[in-house]
Amino acid sequence: MKLKLIGMASALALLASPAIAQDSVKIGFVTTLTTGAGVIGKDMRNAVELALDHIGHEMAGKKVEVIYEDDGFKPEIGKQKTEKLVKKDKVDFVAGYIWSHVLLASRNVPLKNKTFLISSNAGPSPLAGKLCHKDFFSTSWQNDQTPMAMGEVLNQRGIKNLYIMAPNYAAGKNMVAGVKRTFKGNITGQDMTKFPAQLDFSAELAKVRAAKPDALFVFYPGKHGAQFMKQYSQAGLKDQVPLYTVFTVDSISLPRLKDLAEGSLMTQFWAPDLDNAANKKFVADFKAKNGTYPSFYAAQSYDTIMLIKSAVEAVSGDLGNRAGIRAAMRQANFDSIRGKYSYGNNHFPIQNFYLRQVVKDSEGKFTTKIVSTVYENHQDTYAKDCKMSW
Amino acid sequence: MTLSLRTIVPAAVLVLLGLVPVIAGAIDEPFYIDLFSRMLILAIGASSLNLLLGYGGMVSFGHAVYLGIGAYVVGIFSFHSVEDGIEWMASGYVQIPAALIASAVFGLIIGAISLRTRGVYFIMITLAFAQMVYFLGVGIEYYGADDGLTLYGRSEFGDWLDLNESSTLYYVCFVALLLTLFVSYKLINSRFGIAIRSIKSNERRTRAIGIPSYRYRLTCFVIAATICGFAGALLANRTDFVSPDMMHWTRSGDLIIMVVLGGMGTLFGPLLGTVGFLLVEEILSSYTEYWQLFFGPLLILIVIFGKGGIDGLIQALANLVERKPKAAAQSRDGA
Amino acid sequence: MNWILLFEQFLNGFQLGILLFLLAAGLTLVFGIMDLINLAHGSLYMMGAYFMATFVGWTDSFMLAALLTLPACLLLGVVVEVVTLRRLYDRDHLDQVLATFGLILFFDEFVRLIWGPAGLDVPLPDFLETSFEILPGVPYPTYRLAIILTGLLIALFLYILVTKTRIGMRIRAGASNREMIGALGINIQMLFTLVFGLGAVLAGFAGLMAAPIFTVEIGMGANILILAFVVIVIGGIGSIRGAFIASLVVGIIDTIGRSFLPDLLDLFLDEVAASTAAPAISSMMTYILMAVILTFRPQGLFPPRGA
Repeated sequence: MKLKLIGMASALALLASPAIAQDSVKIGFVTTLTTGAGVIGKDMRNAVELALDHIGHEMAGKKVEVIYEDDGFKPEIGKQKTEKLVKKDKVDFVAGYIWSHVLLASRNVPLKNKTFLISSNAGPSPLAGKLCHKDFFSTSWQNDQTPMAMGEVLNQRGIKNLYIMAPNYAAGKNMVAGVKRTFKGNITGQDMTKFPAQLDFSAELAKVRAAKPDALFVFYPGKHGAQFMKQYSQAGLKDQVPLYTVFTVDSISLPRLKDLAEGSLMTQFWAPDLDNAANKKFVADFKAKNGTYPSFYAAQSYDTIMLIKSAVEAVSGDLGNRAGIRAAMRQANFDSIRGKYSYGNNHFPIQNFYLRQVVKDSEGKFTTKIVSTVYENHQDTYAKDCKMSW
Repeated sequence: MTLSLRTIVPAAVLVLLGLVPVIAGAIDEPFYIDLFSRMLILAIGASSLNLLLGYGGMVSFGHAVYLGIGAYVVGIFSFHSVEDGIEWMASGYVQIPAALIASAVFGLIIGAISLRTRGVYFIMITLAFAQMVYFLGVGIEYYGADDGLTLYGRSEFGDWLDLNESSTLYYVCFVALLLTLFVSYKLINSRFGIAIRSIKSNERRTRAIGIPSYRYRLTCFVIAATICGFAGALLANRTDFVSPDMMHWTRSGDLIIMVVLGGMGTLFGPLLGTVGFLLVEEILSSYTEYWQLFFGPLLILIVIFGKGGIDGLIQALANLVERKPKAAAQSRDGA
Repeated sequence: MNWILLFEQFLNGFQLGILLFLLAAGLTLVFGIMDLINLAHGSLYMMGAYFMATFVGWTDSFMLAALLTLPACLLLGVVVEVVTLRRLYDRDHLDQVLATFGLILFFDEFVRLIWGPAGLDVPLPDFLETSFEILPGVPYPTYRLAIILTGLLIALFLYILVTKTRIGMRIRAGASNREMIGALGINIQMLFTLVFGLGAVLAGFAGLMAAPIFTVEIGMGANILILAFVVIVIGGIGSIRGAFIASLVVGIIDTIGRSFLPDLLDLFLDEVAASTAAPAISSMMTYILMAVILTFRPQGLFPPRGA
């Protein structure tokens, strides 16, 4: 319904478009709603809608309007949709972005047109370092951080020989760089697979077996995660080479993977069982509304809305006060689902990272529980390349 | 030529396209300039493909590759101009000719081999070459591989022509489109064009009257590649971004759809097809997320019932209005 | 050189080739006999996988679901043929490409509407979920072995069908001279529908076999379809034998390339560049192979006689 309304509005705009007085907060949200990855976008949209319900669709007394756009998993389309949001819908904030390459292609549009850009997932290294920008914020993490935490876990567990597999795109390369930065042992092999086309990993898994590593580290986000887990198990590797993952097993794939993933380990900045009031409310209401556990994508999207709300309220709804909004966002003064965090000079969160394990909850649903805290208040390594200070 | 609906409609479309920045400025919606500049660029690409499909009877299923090559030349030059500080590489006076030369060279190589085959095999071998170049783009880590390259700056032409100004870029694309149409018109109606068209309708006979068909077809192939490379260079400037996706086979498919939708082998068909395709996409997708559910069958219906595409439709309409059944018998070729 | 690894990769390539063959066989039959380029063949493959996933959900039995999927695919194939494709036989290839491209869009969205964007899973029965020790210390997934075996059986069946039966005779006749077979008083309409149905069943079968390995998802047919086209062009359009050989060659080249190129490239390039270039080059090799073959044999390896 909402989509249809927006559609009609944009069709009308073709004819005439008088300037409307700014009486609402407009947020553009770019995610993937079509293709196989559409399920991630749906999860994010659910979380945004939940956040809007929680704040009564209002920020500082102004109505909040969120316009969703589908990037079709393609950088070029993502950029085009961002252009539409910034130049046609004239949104105040552009948020979302699952994929690093889509974000990299789109970033110039809002940043050159005085619009805030908030990444609700992707955290490619250039944006944390050389290309950091005063109007760009992240409510997730820098790509390298999570695998760095995993590298530490591997060290703690005495892994000496590690095999690495990841898809060949911006985030995949960051993940590999991240785990290599902290892992102290020996890398016995590394495969970068085609992304997103390659879904058969039999050749790579055969190589893993032949290399006989102590552990296998993988990063396969979205549908590739489920795919990989199945083939890993079918190849009989489950008993031979223990698996350590980042962003591979999530609440979206768990209901399908079930016991295939039980016991598997991952690192993350957040988990559904993280003990704080905001998170409990988020997880409980999300489950009640959608019937599943929220994914980390959902958690980050929820926080995105809350971050915007905190900033809009700090300037009492004066959206023209960009310096004020920026200063308020830098404070991250809201109840995040990960607990209180702060921003580094590059506008990436300084936050904890946890080791999570897949377990069954009391209703027999699969979820994760926190095993230990790997990093406390961890800042990404690219922050030092960012020339911004405040 | 009398003033018929078939010339009025394209002329009206061109005039409207020419006024887009003015209208967009008047209603304060500069977004439309960007939207329509993409349309102009793809119309150039479609027009170049039309030379092959419509006039030459060569069904190339890899035409988007030249779009990618043209774009990558601009992207790579821009990359080196900043990363290695080679200033002349940022100049549009260097980038555009280099893009043209690169796509011509690729067109020559691909065409020389592909044109040895016929029919379906030709379709597939052009696809194969496009896929090779696509994977080449995917495989070169230095130039961003899958993620593509973000342009550091648009082509520089000096103070008088600043492509960063979106209406300037728009008019550059517009003039380029007019130029493409003009060149196509001249080409089709030249001796060369007549030879190409006669090869399409009967190659053996054409050869028999002493026209070296292979050389003629190859020349046509290279010209089409070069024009499309030009469109690619413009596309890189418009998007500020190049990636292997630009030459994905589905993109080649889109170009074919635009040509056929508009009317193959007509001067203005590709332009109308591109406008129609992108508008339908834009409007349908704004109404429903499931727009392809309607677009797919629409495409099938157009193929089955709408012979001659939009141009054919206009023709039929004109006949109806003017009650001149004879017009239908007129040659579709030329304009 | 690790010979065990090489053997295992060879097997992996063989298995990919078999899957390709199932898809390519139907494609080459339809192409060869009706002279129809059917881009929507990949959609039939996808529908096969979705039917399978649905029926497994209903019946809770892998075998029963497979038995239900095949007639469903046949029905779908016949409906598609009668409603749309029948009108395209006497059109040029361009029209066919376009219309069947329209079918792809339709099916992709249709699936998203009915089954949602998430994709489905087909769980394997316990006896196929295991792995089988093909060499000491080298377990190989039982299911992949099953794919190889069934694929070979189907290849044999098609071989007998095409070379030894009356239907096969007509199919061969149709592939080499379409006008002639009509002139001989054979009901072409019927034969075409039948062949298309057979092609749909083969595509659906490939889909149902692939379903447990790959995620059942929208657009799953698109990438493998292009490979299947490469296969039938290399093999010679209309030739089952050509499709079989070309499938195996393409499958093995792709797999071997993917697994050994990175190590080879490591010798020349740094690690990151090598691991980026390797998968791209191995994908390119398939297309290079096709271009080379078409350059020297413009009608593929086994052009049907009389064509």
